[in-house]
Amino acid sequence: MSSTGIRTEFPPGGEAPSAPSGTSWRSWLVPLGFLAPALLLLTVWVIYPMLATMWRSLFSDRGNEFVGIDNYERIFTDDRLLTALKNNALWVLIIPAAVTAVGLIFAVLVERVRWSVAFKISVFIPLAVSLFAVGVIWRIMYQQDPDRGAINAGIAAVQGVVSEEGVLSTARPSSDALSGTPQGGLTLTETVGPGGVAQLGLTAIRATEVPEGSEQAVRPEALQGGISGVVWRDFKPGGGTAGEVEDEEVGLPGVTVELRDADRKRIDSTSTGADGTFAFENVPAGEYRVAIGSQTFAQPFKGINWLGDSLITPAIMFAYIWVTAGFAMVIIGAGLAAIPRDTLEAARTDGATEFQVFRRITVPLLAPVLTVVFVTQIIGVLKIFDLVLAVAPGSSQDNAATLAFVMWQRSFSGQNAFGLGAAISTFLLLLFIPFLVINVRRFRAEAR
Amino acid sequence: MRKHRFILLALLVALLAVLAAGCGSDDDEGSEGGAATTTTAATTEEEAEDEPVSGTISVLAVWTGAEGEAFQAVLDGFTEENPDVTVNYKSAKEPATVLSTAVEGGNPPDIAALPQPGFMTDFAQRGALKPIDFAEDAIKEGYAQSWLDLGTVDGELYGLFFKGANKSTVWYNVAAFEDAGVEPPESWEDFLAAADTLKASGVPAYSIGGADGWTLTDLFENIYLRTAGPEKYDQLTAHEIPWTDASVKEALTEMGKVLAADNIAGGTSSALQTDFPTSVTQVFADPPKAAQVLEGDFVGGVIGDETKAVAETDYNVFAFPEINDSGPVVVGGGDVMVMFKDTPAGRALIEYLATPEAAEIWAEKGGFSSPNKNVDTEAYPDEFTKQTASELANAETFRFDMSDLMPGAFGSDALFTLLQDFLKAPDDIDGITQKLERAAASAFKTP
Repeated sequence: MSSTGIRTEFPPGGEAPSAPSGTSWRSWLVPLGFLAPALLLLTVWVIYPMLATMWRSLFSDRGNEFVGIDNYERIFTDDRLLTALKNNALWVLIIPAAVTAVGLIFAVLVERVRWSVAFKISVFIPLAVSLFAVGVIWRIMYQQDPDRGAINAGIAAVQGVVSEEGVLSTARPSSDALSGTPQGGLTLTETVGPGGVAQLGLTAIRATEVPEGSEQAVRPEALQGGISGVVWRDFKPGGGTAGEVEDEEVGLPGVTVELRDADRKRIDSTSTGADGTFAFENVPAGEYRVAIGSQTFAQPFKGINWLGDSLITPAIMFAYIWVTAGFAMVIIGAGLAAIPRDTLEAARTDGATEFQVFRRITVPLLAPVLTVVFVTQIIGVLKIFDLVLAVAPGSSQDNAATLAFVMWQRSFSGQNAFGLGAAISTFLLLLFIPFLVINVRRFRAEAR
Repeated sequence: MRKHRFILLALLVALLAVLAAGCGSDDDEGSEGGAATTTTAATTEEEAEDEPVSGTISVLAVWTGAEGEAFQAVLDGFTEENPDVTVNYKSAKEPATVLSTAVEGGNPPDIAALPQPGFMTDFAQRGALKPIDFAEDAIKEGYAQSWLDLGTVDGELYGLFFKGANKSTVWYNVAAFEDAGVEPPESWEDFLAAADTLKASGVPAYSIGGADGWTLTDLFENIYLRTAGPEKYDQLTAHEIPWTDASVKEALTEMGKVLAADNIAGGTSSALQTDFPTSVTQVFADPPKAAQVLEGDFVGGVIGDETKAVAETDYNVFAFPEINDSGPVVVGGGDVMVMFKDTPAGRALIEYLATPEAAEIWAEKGGFSSPNKNVDTEAYPDEFTKQTASELANAETFRFDMSDLMPGAFGSDALFTLLQDFLKAPDDIDGITQKLERAAASAFKTP
């Protein structure tokens, strides 16, 4: 701005007419006066800390020794920081694109649905929740145990309809007499012929989970021309002797027992009685195997391990998208509203399909707005920290780590590696610069 | 310990505390100036005792809630004796974080309780602490030598262990034990046999809070101190023997027996997401998800606060079993009081905290064990605490929680995550010891 411009806006008061030099001095003073509060705050809270951090990054963790770029070397040799670099790259590659896409879809769809205000509010509300609280909420939602985590509880409810839990889901064989796994069914190792007695002892069944109506287990008498046997809870307080039917040990009623021939083909099946006994009558001579089918041991849904090592980063990312989709939707929605309706109408009149209108007209016209959302998201995810801390349990923090998170961990969680922390911060700042430049350029272009 | 309990909130509270510390800084400056003039007047201990001290001191510790109130009662006991002193107590969930920032910024509190002596060593070596040798005689009277050694850095006494923790305890569900027909075991063989019997009865033997790595280090330390003995324990703590040592492998082999997937509540992946409070409450849920939880005396407080279980009829405690006739040994923890500013009022408070009377104030309120052997055991509110606290103060062999004594980058970071990795794959002992050694080597050499 020229000095004359300022003088017309702020004409000199009743003071004596000033010399030309005084005029230029005063012409500087006024804008400076307006800028001073902001400049002061920026210097104290942004510029000084930034420079101090850069300077600090050249010193050892205790701050007593100049180490040059050693701290920067540590960034690329520390295993956890390498994971963090990888995760940060994933965040930058996936999230801005995903958030923009989801926001665009919501914004376009929301114009066409009834109750669009209600929909907008429900998508936007997560943005009003602090990111840390969001993390706490999702940590609970993601719990593996369906009794604790809402997501796995939902899946369990659906799965429960599809596949039923076995009567003895926790049971295990009590001795080596049974082979196989509960998941694949348990088979007596030794073959039995007609007149033989099969004993199938099971343990790891809670007293409260024994099927109703069970009675003291009985070792049945041998059966002429048939095979008899017992399935029982081979446990009494203190343990008892494995593989032996003893007092206080109860039979397991309602268990389906299969008789298989030498080729493991099922030839008969029966169910156990209240004392756990069963019998196959009229069995031709030969050697047979007695087995309990896997359906008896069918496991209830144990829950997906969302917070485990392999899914933790996608899980955190999903929570992030949940939060920011609303922001993207609102910004893009505003851009949509600004698109001239007649252009769209003209395209439709010319016979363009809805998809073509979206592809060829809406998206190109929205490009500047989409760029805003995209670049804002890049800057947002580069510094992601609070969600990682809140969602990841200690056991998978390593796999979820991001640069900002490791910076906090190394410097402030009691490890006091301030040199390394300062180096990570400076490195993050370097990563920000290209996106800041893009943003500033765009502002300038818009100003023109 | 407690500081880990709600790690999710740690950052939030830490930040609030930093802000609070920042806002209160003006008062602190004033008190420092005021106190400095009194220091010159009362130069010797005797004078300080004779003349009533005055001034304002700030104290920072981890204790909040019921613990915060109990500690405040202890401080009130001090201000009753010294009416001219004002004590401002502030709590912080992550005192180490707040303090390292405050020290870096040149504005620490007068006195702080550190949850790990490793932080004390660190602050002392950075020159941030003032020695407390003026209280040495008073401490010697009530404390075993091992506690004095723990409070000493480079030959100077810096720390007073006000609150202790006995981490060699096992808490169990009485009904689950009765249903399975097992008795609290005394030897390791009986302990493992009891686990098999419990498993056969349908209740997994152990509840493991694997989401919090420190529960795993406590378990390792208890086993290692018993299998390898106190000398090796000290050597490993100081990293004088490598983590690939045969003694470590032996201890991990025993630990692997405990961590077998079918022995622990919910299996391995569930244990990795179970935090410490849940690992306690699920043992006393109906039906119980496991029969016992292997953690320190503070488990009793969690059971009392968060479950309806009744002492002795529903829950009970036994000492961590001996291994190969290791004798009664205790692994413990503790909060160490340190002094950042040397003022007469600060000195008086340290001396007061070393007395059995100060400890008894908190002891009566529960959830507290004093390492001071002159504390009257009658002061403890229940039989459990009497038992665990006297085991702690009078242990033949006492060793401090190893992970708390090591550099933070290893003891409260790499060791946590690597033992969590071990929980994921308890068979790979060679692999995990090599990783432990690599992490320890780098953490111990960093200045």
